Amino acid sequence: MITCLADTLFPRAGQATVTVLEHLGCDVVFPAEQTCCGQMHGNTGYRDDGLGLARRACRVFADAERVVCPSASCVGWLRETAPMLAAAAGDDALVAELRGLAPRMRELTELIIDDLGVEDVGASFPHTVTYHPTCHSLRGLHLGERPVRLLRAVRGLQLVPLPSAEECCGFGGTFALKNADVSMAMLADKVRCVGDSGAEVATAVDGSCLMQIGGALSRQRTGVRTMHLAEILAARE
Amino acid sequence: MSARDDVLARVRRALGPSPSAPEVPRGYHQAGASRDGDAVARFCERAAEYTATVTRCGDDALAAVLGARARAHGVTRLACPAATAWAVDGAETVPDDPPLDPRTLDSIGAVVTGSALAIADTGTVVLDGGPASGRRALSLVPDVHLCVVRAATVVWSVPDAIAALAADGARGRPVTFISGPSATSDIELQRVEGVHGPRTLEIVVVDEAP
Amino acid sequence: MSEGFPQAARAALADTQLRRNLAGATATIRARRAAAVAECDDWQELRDAAEAIKTRTMARLPELLEMLETRVTEAGGTVHWARDAAEANAAVAAVAAAHGADEVIKVKSIATDEIGLNEALAARGVRAFETDLAELINQLGDDWSSHILVPAIHRNRSEIRRLFARTIAKGRPLTDAPEELAEAARVYLRERFLSVPMAVSGANFAIAETGAVCVVESEGNGRMCTTLPRVLVTVMGIEKLLPRWRDLEVFLQILPRSATGEPMSPYTSLWTGVHPGDGPEEFHLVILDNGRTDVLADELGRQALHCIRCSACLNVCPVYTRVGGHAYGSVYPGPIGAILTPQLKGLHAAPTLPFASTLCGACLEVCPVKIDIPSVLVHLRGRVVRETRGRVTREGVMMAAVAKAFGSRRRYERAQRLARLGHGPLADQVMGRWTAMRDLPEPPAQTFRSWWRERQG
Repeated sequence: MITCLADTLFPRAGQATVTVLEHLGCDVVFPAEQTCCGQMHGNTGYRDDGLGLARRACRVFADAERVVCPSASCVGWLRETAPMLAAAAGDDALVAELRGLAPRMRELTELIIDDLGVEDVGASFPHTVTYHPTCHSLRGLHLGERPVRLLRAVRGLQLVPLPSAEECCGFGGTFALKNADVSMAMLADKVRCVGDSGAEVATAVDGSCLMQIGGALSRQRTGVRTMHLAEILAARE
Repeated sequence: MSARDDVLARVRRALGPSPSAPEVPRGYHQAGASRDGDAVARFCERAAEYTATVTRCGDDALAAVLGARARAHGVTRLACPAATAWAVDGAETVPDDPPLDPRTLDSIGAVVTGSALAIADTGTVVLDGGPASGRRALSLVPDVHLCVVRAATVVWSVPDAIAALAADGARGRPVTFISGPSATSDIELQRVEGVHGPRTLEIVVVDEAP
Repeated sequence: MSEGFPQAARAALADTQLRRNLAGATATIRARRAAAVAECDDWQELRDAAEAIKTRTMARLPELLEMLETRVTEAGGTVHWARDAAEANAAVAAVAAAHGADEVIKVKSIATDEIGLNEALAARGVRAFETDLAELINQLGDDWSSHILVPAIHRNRSEIRRLFARTIAKGRPLTDAPEELAEAARVYLRERFLSVPMAVSGANFAIAETGAVCVVESEGNGRMCTTLPRVLVTVMGIEKLLPRWRDLEVFLQILPRSATGEPMSPYTSLWTGVHPGDGPEEFHLVILDNGRTDVLADELGRQALHCIRCSACLNVCPVYTRVGGHAYGSVYPGPIGAILTPQLKGLHAAPTLPFASTLCGACLEVCPVKIDIPSVLVHLRGRVVRETRGRVTREGVMMAAVAKAFGSRRRYERAQRLARLGHGPLADQVMGRWTAMRDLPEPPAQTFRSWWRERQG
């Protein structure tokens, strides 16, 4: 599953996901019927629209052995939030469909580490990198050390710590628009920490947070790039 | 409909016919959990972390130790619970009988009480309004509180203490947990010892003769 | 609320002094909590027990409330029930009138702030003195609480010195030292503790099984108020109950460690009705609904009532720590306030609060009773959209258009093409206020799906 955001604006994250999975021997399929998982609608209060899109996602991926997605927040929405809202809405049929999807659904690093049992994906990336653990990956999916273990195995990569790493970047979906001032205050602190880390590249497992952080890094002409974790894992520099 | 009946009816209506009522998992360390180490030593260490002063002595030295601690704060008169005649070397004790009014307690300025028990993990002494602890006002109004803890009454944990106090709870005695001197962190979170309760808490742990 | 959270937050963000005060204080208390929690190797088990005890309490609330009433009455206390703020205030005022009290001393109690007790008493000629240092600071400054536990967290020492110098310590030399400021409060309040005949408190817990009421505090003002006056009135929400005495063994561990980061707060007081010869001669317990049964009626939202007011969620919240409590427009600020206030006061009264969060989950992680604040926020956002908005809003139209576009592959792919050109619903959604501080990514040469199509040949 490639998120609507990656499909439209950050295709390299999706391409890199395909590259990494194929390199690891997976048979990758992209069902073109997929659109959006419904997270934005659901998290913004448009429950029925969000659940409708979640139902659509369940059906598009009904036959897949594993559904892998390079976005912790989209995985968290389909595995946890959508079932909670569907139950509250009394939509038992959708709860059942989502329960059918959840055990097959993986965030990218979960699939690589837990299912494939791999840490070294054969990547090389001779740059200084800092890792931002996004909120949904850290406190939602509890990815823990998985992304960092993958990064440590990348040849030439120097991983530098991000100060106050566990603080939210301020994206929060439509929060960034509805509460733009608070969002920017949080982002300003995050960008300062990225600068303090001394990294050339900031990475994460959520394209949306990277869009937020990258947007400010670019505006401030810091010279620091953002890359999705998948892009680093696909790199052979 | 009375407010009482109305509120209760609203609660019932809000809950619906079968609200979920899970069993309580009690996987935490419960009362009586066995522990290594010396609970009394641990209590002394923890209580001292609150900048309560802790002195340990034998029964026979108690009057002398209390006297020394009183002198350290320039105290020559101390209130004490009615039922317990404490001896404090070099100082006069004023029994709470008839009950001392708050202004008198304020002017005496010091008190010596016993305690019901103490908690090692948290450095807490517990007063229960019984004969050793005395009335609540006694250990509250004076600025210096000398509190005697019998070593045999020290328990390890909060659950141990709650279990030991269950009888008091059922009897309806007032229970006061004291963990260090009164304090505030309301100004820039900087801790200041001593606001309205006693600014000085002196704990004397007594090891009974075997 | 006269204005929404975003506007109030913007004003707060512009106050650099406030931001400095807040950032420093919340960082300190956060570190203390983390250290205190790390001492307990059974912390998660304590949270599991606390969560279940609270869930069970809510399920059995009618019988437990009746049991509490019976026990308190047996112990010589008087129980009053209040549907709303007006009834609760009237009950307290009636006790004051019966004793001819024109002054009362108060222990910090958010429930009494919620019902506006001080103002209601003043209207009846009774003056209420706040005795908690921070509450005193707010009362003297005609200010209000910005934090559940440290209500004057938004003030620094020199602001407090200036305030005291023109109020309680007029004409006396005073420096910025917190010790001196606390001493000024001690001197000012001691005479009141010794002379005022009536006190009002809140309650941290009440034990249905025994009728005991519990107040946890640090300064000793709580002990003064619950011990020295002739009459004590406690105002308590219906949700403060614990079924059994034994349940204290869980809550007296999780509350102080989560709140101040201490193993125990300096003083924890428990009393049961009236204790002859020890403490007040009269005890009144006011049991308050004031919207709580509405919260209880929402099966998902009712967990907000499990809150024990430790404020750990405030100190870790990236939104609260930047804007402070006032922006929430309620006596319950921060993440817990964002789910409690709209449910207590009605969604119409606070429709922007459920959106005042990035759903980062830091609040759930520290909550000692495991309230799933992010899930309740999402749930309440849905209720705000469904229940408070007119049929047509700009956002609603846009979200419907986007949902429709996402509803079929054909429409989605067309929307993608438009978005790449800077038009259409997808683009509208992201442009908005985004570009004030951030660049938008350059549209890529091709979408992922066109790349995939080419690759498949």
